[in-house]
Amino acid sequence: MSELSEKPEEGYDCEGFPIPSAPLPDAATVRAEMLSVYPAKTKKKREKQLLTNDPGTPPEIAANTRTIPGIITQRGCTYAGCRGVVIGPIHDILHITHGPIGCSYYSWATRRNLARVKPGQPVNYLQYSMTTDMMEEEIIFGGEKKLAAAIREAYRIFKPKAIAVYATCPVGLIGDDIHSVCRKAKEELGINIFGFSCEGYKGVSQSAGHHIANNGVFKHMVGLLDEPDKAKFRINVLGEYNIGGDAWEIDQLLQKCGIHVTATLSGDISYEQICKCHTSDLNVVMCHRSINYMAEMMETKFGIPWVKVNFIGAEQTAKSLRKIAKFFGDKQLIDRTEEVIAQEMAALRPVIEDVKSRLKGKTAAMFVGGSRAHHYQHLFKDVGMLTVAAGYEFAHRDDYEGRVVLPTIKIDADSRNIEEIEVEADPKRYNPRKTPEQIEALKAGGFSFKDYDGMMVEMKKHVLVIDDISHHEMEKLIETYKPDIIGSGIKDKFVIEKFGVPCKQLHSYDYGGPYAAFTGAANFYKEIDRMIGSKVWKMVTPPWKKSTQETFGVGIESEGNKAIREIVAGMAKAWKPKAKAATSDEG
Amino acid sequence: MLDGTTAEIVERKALRINAAKTCQPIGAMYAALGIHGCMPHSHGSQGCCSYHRSHLTRHFKEPVMATTSSFTEGASVFGGLANLTQALRNIFSIYNPEIVAVHTTCLSEVIGDDIPTMIRKAKEEGSIPEGKMVIHANTPSFVGSHVYGFSNMVMGMVNYLSEKTGNTLNQINVIPGFVEPADMREIKRLAKEMGVKIVMFPDTSNVLDGPLTGQYKMYPEGGATMAQIKSAGDSIATIALGHFASHVPAATLEQKCNVPASFLELPIGVQATDRFVSALRGYAGVDIPASVELERGRLIDLMSDLHQYFHGKRVAISGDPDHVIALTRFLLELEMKPVYCITGSPGNQFEKRMHELLDPVVPNAKIKQCGDNFELHQWMKNEPVDLLISNTYGKYIARVENVPFVRFGFPILDRAAHRFYPTLGYMGAVNLINQMLNAFLDKKDRECAEEWFELVQ
Repeated sequence: MSELSEKPEEGYDCEGFPIPSAPLPDAATVRAEMLSVYPAKTKKKREKQLLTNDPGTPPEIAANTRTIPGIITQRGCTYAGCRGVVIGPIHDILHITHGPIGCSYYSWATRRNLARVKPGQPVNYLQYSMTTDMMEEEIIFGGEKKLAAAIREAYRIFKPKAIAVYATCPVGLIGDDIHSVCRKAKEELGINIFGFSCEGYKGVSQSAGHHIANNGVFKHMVGLLDEPDKAKFRINVLGEYNIGGDAWEIDQLLQKCGIHVTATLSGDISYEQICKCHTSDLNVVMCHRSINYMAEMMETKFGIPWVKVNFIGAEQTAKSLRKIAKFFGDKQLIDRTEEVIAQEMAALRPVIEDVKSRLKGKTAAMFVGGSRAHHYQHLFKDVGMLTVAAGYEFAHRDDYEGRVVLPTIKIDADSRNIEEIEVEADPKRYNPRKTPEQIEALKAGGFSFKDYDGMMVEMKKHVLVIDDISHHEMEKLIETYKPDIIGSGIKDKFVIEKFGVPCKQLHSYDYGGPYAAFTGAANFYKEIDRMIGSKVWKMVTPPWKKSTQETFGVGIESEGNKAIREIVAGMAKAWKPKAKAATSDEG
Repeated sequence: MLDGTTAEIVERKALRINAAKTCQPIGAMYAALGIHGCMPHSHGSQGCCSYHRSHLTRHFKEPVMATTSSFTEGASVFGGLANLTQALRNIFSIYNPEIVAVHTTCLSEVIGDDIPTMIRKAKEEGSIPEGKMVIHANTPSFVGSHVYGFSNMVMGMVNYLSEKTGNTLNQINVIPGFVEPADMREIKRLAKEMGVKIVMFPDTSNVLDGPLTGQYKMYPEGGATMAQIKSAGDSIATIALGHFASHVPAATLEQKCNVPASFLELPIGVQATDRFVSALRGYAGVDIPASVELERGRLIDLMSDLHQYFHGKRVAISGDPDHVIALTRFLLELEMKPVYCITGSPGNQFEKRMHELLDPVVPNAKIKQCGDNFELHQWMKNEPVDLLISNTYGKYIARVENVPFVRFGFPILDRAAHRFYPTLGYMGAVNLINQMLNAFLDKKDRECAEEWFELVQ
């Protein structure tokens, strides 16, 4: 906790992990218990995805493999990863889903793709849901005609700059060629129109959709506009989706330091920003899982290097800022960055101290996404909370074990389905941002490129790592570990809370946020403090079911009751003589 | 907001914008949750199941459990038999439900998976334990809408579970339609108040409105039991509420078990509730108790008290067909003017019935099946309304047009009280009146000139 105080703090062990206030159950025993109910085949598969951690040499995890039918998974589909996550946030192009009604309906404004309408771009198309609403007739006779007509109608009504088309399950099966429809429409209408073959059944999770989206965005948008922004230090933030305004928070912080963001892929982003993002000088990667493809392809084609950053957590944010400043190597920038960090930390420290006084020693578990289950551990750590179990919903081995395992990852049939596009250096625009000498010098100074070490090396030894957690495992985890809070998604939230354990949605932030950067971190600490400390959890058990029973309103001894009785006695006294007088008058 | 929407209406034949319906499987999943001890199962890509669970959870703020066959490309090519069999084996060994209700998706429909045969094979090879049940419904997403999916799953319940033993039971079946748990609870309360024994299926009360006790129950107390649905074949009669969600299952039960069906509309407002109550009374041979008459009287009293606020108000409604029909009837009782009424669901009965209701009183009303909220908004831009009633998606239109807005139907993603307050029955009408009045008067109090800002209304 170097940013937070000078010496190792009370409440943290020698490795810097928070010390839980109650002893933890034995992870291996819990693991065995979780696996024990499974039929043999299911057990064999799950035991490779359910591990006890060893940060020294992370064990191999069978991530990015098929979900077992019937197990109750958190995972969604390829369409969700493509339409919903990576491209969905581009707010000034039209998104048309080619398929029956459901897919477009469920992806309509449900991910919090917050966007501010910019001058000159008056329409935020994210408020619209568009689909070909395929009916039986199109399933039988093909839907290409309807798609072509839908694109034409959409153009006539909205006159957008570009239209993206997304294929759903039946489209692939009936063999509609969305790409040729898009090509023809592009020629006819003279705007950029492109399709994504992101049928839900491709791949084993949303992750396949991320890859397909990366490919499409790269092929059809990146590099179309060679107009660099007028700023000295230009970067792109990749894998940041502006949930709860996170991208705005990061952008603001970077601006303070003097760093300009050309494009955030993909949060509050315009078509133009994507088209010119290749003119930036550094790609910083937040969510490695969903966007590392783009970072790699941009480096190969345009020579833009990439580094992993994390703006979730105070210390991590400071570290990330320093890394960016160091890349540019400008003295003024480095000094300004240090000033900003000092200012922000000074404001944050009292919040951390206050919240930590209540949360120190408490425990958290997280099962979410492809980066958040890792990143958010830092926020919990900042306030003295240990993550006792974590796992991703759709990440790959490198997100758990680090990029060092990349060469050893076996490409299975499901991954082979996803196109790997061949990228070459652009003959004119390839421009390595650093000379080999500069790169060497940076490396010698401890700087590393393409650096993601994964989640496991930053987790405590013997905690549980669970990939694609099943509902059954979640229940067992709650029963055995009784974490003080769990970070998960909408499908788990109310299950967890029925147990009396608060659940923070880490996809939607429970409609709160921002949680990124320093101000966001303060929001998160306070939010977790509120959730864990909420009085509601103490009212779950009615008093008559508690061992020490309270009595309400019975017993004449209580002071309150005595006082009321005295008042009533006084009133009766005052009233009686008058009553008598009235009676005697009548008599 | 919605700045791409203009008053100029361009004819669309292919593009759906801002839909007023969703797909069949979510309706089937919701219906299946109304069987006690049931695990709904989605036979298709896992994204369908994930989307449906998420959306139902956002609406109910409650756990929504369901499993999926998790199709990948292989299953999509070779068929989903292996996936379904494996799923059933896992579901019964890990989660031990009494019954699994399988519904299809566009994917499994397109490849033509034959679910009954698959269930039979799974049974033969021992993936379904003795005494456990697996039922199914075909719910292709490219036909009908979520309301049809609900109806199809209820039909599945009848087909698989209901039986006639010949021993007529003194009970009446109620098929409630795609309504809230609060509405189902209200139907049960009314029947109990009248002393009528009913079998209601599905019944999601006490399933999707559960308490927080510190104990999680995967299969909550509520839901129609398999025994109850079985016994529906021996009931005196079936009262089916809503043409689109309930009439076909009721007719199926009539055909299968010879239980006479009464086809009613959703009991929203005075006369529709009168009909429902009268139907219960007629079949059960009971008198309407004073307590129910009192409820009705209170509603009439409220309607007379507040008549001035509703009379002549122009209303736009978007929703499910059964809901829009029944709500229109109620608004006409209040002498409001439903001028634009759309449903996203297909089905000619909607337009036919709406014209019957509206032609005599609001002859120029625009009525449309297979409509969408984009077009509804355009109509509103051409000639405004005083009130918009729709599910949550209407909030964008309400904001940009600054029109009072009442959330009604499915889904409601941004408010919570629909879990507790019914819109069916006399008390449901009171709730609707309250919400509409608040919407009108809140706007007036917020916006009127100071000299017209008054304490008493």
